[in-house]
Amino acid sequence: MKKIFSIVLAVAMLATALFMFAGCGEKKVTNEIVVGMIGPYTGGTAQYGLAVQNGAKLYFDEVNAAGGVNGFKIKVVAYDSKGEDAEANTAFSRLVDEGMSAFLGEVLTGTTLAIVPDAFEKQIPMVTASATADAVTVNPDTGAVYNNVFRTCFIDSFQGIKMAQYAKEKLGAKTAAVIYQTGDDYAEGLAKSFVEECGKIGIDVVAEAAYAKGDVDFKSQLTNFVSKNPDVVFCPNYYQDDGMIITQARQVGLTCKFLGGDGWGNVTKYASAEDLNGCLYASAFDESDEKVKEFKAKYIEKFGADAPFNMFSALAYDAAKVIVNALQKATAVTPDNVKAGYFTSDAYKADVINAIKTQSGSIDGLTTNGYSFDEKNNPIKSITIVECVNGEEVSRGLY
Amino acid sequence: MTTVIGQLINALQLGSIYALVALGYSMVYGIISLLNFAHGDIIMVGAYAAWFIMTSLNSFLPFGAVAAIAVVFSILICTLLGAGIEKVAYAPLRSAPRLSLLITAIGVSYFLENMAQMIFGAGAKSVPNIISIGSFHVGKMTVSWTSAITLIVSVISMAVLTVFVKKTKMGKAMRAVSEDVGTAQLMGINPNKTISLTFAIGSALAGIGSILYCCAYAQASPTMGSMLGLKAFVAAVLGGIGSIPGAVLGGFAIGLAETLVSSVGLSVWKDAIVFAILIIVLIFKPAGILGKKKIEKV
Repeated sequence: MKKIFSIVLAVAMLATALFMFAGCGEKKVTNEIVVGMIGPYTGGTAQYGLAVQNGAKLYFDEVNAAGGVNGFKIKVVAYDSKGEDAEANTAFSRLVDEGMSAFLGEVLTGTTLAIVPDAFEKQIPMVTASATADAVTVNPDTGAVYNNVFRTCFIDSFQGIKMAQYAKEKLGAKTAAVIYQTGDDYAEGLAKSFVEECGKIGIDVVAEAAYAKGDVDFKSQLTNFVSKNPDVVFCPNYYQDDGMIITQARQVGLTCKFLGGDGWGNVTKYASAEDLNGCLYASAFDESDEKVKEFKAKYIEKFGADAPFNMFSALAYDAAKVIVNALQKATAVTPDNVKAGYFTSDAYKADVINAIKTQSGSIDGLTTNGYSFDEKNNPIKSITIVECVNGEEVSRGLY
Repeated sequence: MTTVIGQLINALQLGSIYALVALGYSMVYGIISLLNFAHGDIIMVGAYAAWFIMTSLNSFLPFGAVAAIAVVFSILICTLLGAGIEKVAYAPLRSAPRLSLLITAIGVSYFLENMAQMIFGAGAKSVPNIISIGSFHVGKMTVSWTSAITLIVSVISMAVLTVFVKKTKMGKAMRAVSEDVGTAQLMGINPNKTISLTFAIGSALAGIGSILYCCAYAQASPTMGSMLGLKAFVAAVLGGIGSIPGAVLGGFAIGLAETLVSSVGLSVWKDAIVFAILIIVLIFKPAGILGKKKIEKV
């Protein structure tokens, strides 16, 4: 009896195995394009992960509702990384096995860095909405650019370039001074890119001053600026210092406009309204913009008012747009003539990567009008200009 | 030229704040040979007191009245706090070794810092400017009223203190206690009262310092007192710790040194230079510029 049972079992197992092989051998013609997402959807950084996931899903759903990409539906597969490198790596391999054509993520810089080498090797088109480190798009050891990795958020130093251009173009500045905190990557990075850009576009940097962390007295440096009479002062530090610097600048008689980066958020709480009037800073995201307001309303309707909403939701929506736009441009088939394995083929992925790089200019995003990518695959995009007006921080739109 | 004069004004403003704080250090050291490391933190408490009044009363009262209340309230809080700390933390240790007193002072300093952090949070609070009357022009140069008033107020405070110490009975008592506690007691001076008074006066000066500090830098944060206190300590040592004119001289000297260093573009080295001055003074003239050389009798 026992013997018979085991024979039956063995036959059954063999049959199952054969059946599975058969399934594998004949590739199914798919009418779906798989887009993978990984992010910390649980744990301490879930706020970011969920904001990115929801923002992106909102756009993918809109595209599907409108008929999809050339008639193909987008299938979004999202896995939780819990913010851990190992989880993120496993999830990524799984997505590759499931036939992913493009990848939106990762959310955190650390886990993104863990995935990037694998994504590069397999040449998966990848767009992150939130990882800002330089090493995300450039191999730090060799300096080689990861041709397949892009992002929709700008890197810090980009703001320095933009503010220099703004000073020249919109404020008519011919001279500028810079004051920044030394030893701080953020402030130094912005100051450096500002000065470099000034050199390129013809603004004369008449004075540069540094200060150490914890300093509260900036009058000596600012008094030196007064005699140089700059048209603008670029002050790319964090809001507390910026508030003190501007207050003291007015005290020593420096009356020109001060410009800053996104570290200025809430600066109006740290200096008086009169001292700050007319000062401007760069921001990644403008919640008062009509497009963003409309997006937020849809977002809340879909995910509820408790769902985390922040600038990464908007950047993820833009990242989804970049991906869909590229999928569309690269898809040369219709559901009638698609061949098995088309969407998972290396040729298709290469076309998508190329389309992201070269054909994102027309994207009407929430955070920019059009994307293009520089030689390091960092976005060249609009920034939001915020002006301090009578103690309020008022958006002046995209620049 | 205007830049040089502008820098000089910066130096005087900074120096007068250091001088006010250094006075507190020096007076306390003079009378009980204690380096009161909590002195800088008293300024921090004063700054929070000013912030509290300026932000909580401004919707009920006109600006001038709020500013006046803030000034009085801060000075009062600092005075009471200074005298209170002396009573609670230092008086019971009067006969203990000096080291225990020093360690207690450090403990009080940490206590105040952490308490402020617990109550007000770690971030800085923005203090509305108490002297909000802009600036005036001398030729082509802009001088803010804040700088001018800071300088005037500190000079007046120092003059009043000098007269008090030199001409009044209580001042005489203070000098007597600092010379020799035992003998002063034999002469009918109550040393405990005199020491409390010294702490109160030193802390009141710190209160004035905190108001002037807030006018110049407009922010109160839990750790703001530690660096300020350390630099004022350097100023007191430079001038000769225990000596009142020495503290004033040291304060202005440190203010001048910092401004000089920053104005030539070495602002990052500012703190290093100040502490280098401390080291040099301790090596070559430990008694300070105006300090008396004491011979230790065995």
